[in-house]
Amino acid sequence: MASETPAIAVTGISGNLGQILAKLLHKEGRRIVGIDRRLFPGKPKDLEFHQVDIRKRKAEEIFRTGNIGALIHMGIMHDPRMTAEEHHQFNVLGTAKALDHCARYGVKKLVVLSSANVYGPHPSNPNFLTEDAPLMAAARFGDIRDLVEVDILAQSFLWKHPEVETVILRPVHIVGPTIQNAPSRYLRLRRPWTLMGFDPMVQLIHAEDACRAMILALEPGVRGVFNVVGPGEVSLSAIFKELGTSPVPVPHPLARPLLDRLFRLRFSNFPPGELDHIQFQGTVDGSRFRKATGFVPKYDLRETIWAALR
Amino acid sequence: MLRIGSLGDLGDALRQKARDFALRRGGDRVRQRLESLRLQTNPYGQDPFGMDLDTVAAALGPMLWLYEEYFRVQVRGVENVPAGRCLLVSNHSGQLPMDGAMIAVAVFLHADPPRVVRSMVERWVPTLPYVSTFFSRLGQVVGTPENCIRLLEADETILVFPEGTRGLNKVYAKRYQLASFGQGFMRLALATGSPIVPISVIGAEEQAPALVNVEPLAKLLGIPAVPITPTLLPIPLPSRYYITFGEPMRFEGSANEEDNAIEQKVQKVRQTIQSMVNEGLEERKSIFF
Repeated sequence: MASETPAIAVTGISGNLGQILAKLLHKEGRRIVGIDRRLFPGKPKDLEFHQVDIRKRKAEEIFRTGNIGALIHMGIMHDPRMTAEEHHQFNVLGTAKALDHCARYGVKKLVVLSSANVYGPHPSNPNFLTEDAPLMAAARFGDIRDLVEVDILAQSFLWKHPEVETVILRPVHIVGPTIQNAPSRYLRLRRPWTLMGFDPMVQLIHAEDACRAMILALEPGVRGVFNVVGPGEVSLSAIFKELGTSPVPVPHPLARPLLDRLFRLRFSNFPPGELDHIQFQGTVDGSRFRKATGFVPKYDLRETIWAALR
Repeated sequence: MLRIGSLGDLGDALRQKARDFALRRGGDRVRQRLESLRLQTNPYGQDPFGMDLDTVAAALGPMLWLYEEYFRVQVRGVENVPAGRCLLVSNHSGQLPMDGAMIAVAVFLHADPPRVVRSMVERWVPTLPYVSTFFSRLGQVVGTPENCIRLLEADETILVFPEGTRGLNKVYAKRYQLASFGQGFMRLALATGSPIVPISVIGAEEQAPALVNVEPLAKLLGIPAVPITPTLLPIPLPSRYYITFGEPMRFEGSANEEDNAIEQKVQKVRQTIQSMVNEGLEERKSIFF
């Protein structure tokens, strides 16, 4: 086994996005080693998969013996119902372990899937945040501190370990027919809330395009922190017009306490912190990644919007 | 009960009406100018900053009426606005920023090539419902240095009021005395090699003369000022506007010079505008006619 071409390890491969990435990599004939604590239903037969928690010793063994050339670390959980402690335990400790294995076992390339959410939407944001902007997401929405910490862990790894070519990707809202994240679920609502009088420009990227970006990031020579933008900016209202949904405008001073109540009573799966995304600007500049890799999204704006549903 | 979903359609119908009004009022010239605006837009007609030409055209209707019938703007020197990137720097007054709108209409109507002026709005504007959306669709952007540099590098025309709310909300006793200027605009001009076009606006001070500004109340309400005008609310009166565009000023140097060096350049612009204002006041015969 070890004499084969170096493999691409993928954490979080059993997730919906992970499965799309696995399919794309598999089609390209790359050797993949999947790592996830969940089962991987519908796994291609020739794909090596380990059902193991990245924090466990067994996971280290994969790096020690598996001839891993690159790691795509996307095993980061975003479940609003899990506690902050569980998030930190899994996301921050898991990332620390994964990075440690890369340094220790000579992994040449590391791609960490962060998110453009780390900047946080804010009224005084510039319209196009660049990669140097401070990561302010947790200032208003404390529950996603762990995601900011994952990004910062990866950044310090990038500087401390020049021998590992590290790429941190911060894609905009990923949407896709199988994706279960907050933006995709929001766009699927039949009567989504909007905040009365607010209509920020937002950016979406098709799940498949996000996966193609991760594969492009594997190219030798690509290193650094990159925003990844899909087919451009569009106002929330234009998205709903395109989809034919009629949103329910709620005055913003009411929306926050109301959603907080609904979330706690489990009538809604959107934590109130998410409201900032439909009130303020949090759009980013994707030109650095375009220049470094020539990335062009395959899906245009209309297709990307509809991809959230179908 | 009014179905909330139909509110959007109502808005669309209103917008269509206003747009038609703009075209009726402005005639072929306005139509041609609107059509010659080249924007890079998404399939929904919005540019990356959120500007939407339909909304621009719709807002143009009432703005043209204000420009021609209400404030009866007299404009001079628009040919001084260069074709490429530039910073328009003006005095600021009138409690409500009608001066910005009138400068934008003047540039849209007379500058070559026609363009939509982007002004840099205060950072709290995006927290206001409706206003934030409306401004964004009109191409107005939050005044961060990043936004300004990005737009200048794309050869856009930016309008700034370095006096900010200090100028806008000054009381009537201080009319036509320029408040202190911020330095940001000069650093941005140096960073992007943009010429500065000084502008004087005469007439806006009289549109809503504020006797006092109730500062404690403003602080309490979290807004920049609470001006008390003869009409109580700062409703603009039909004073006649005179807008003068001065010759472009070009500055040499680095954007990172120390405050003193920048301040000298800023003072040059401020003095130029103050003397343009003084000249304009001398020439003016009547406030309202």
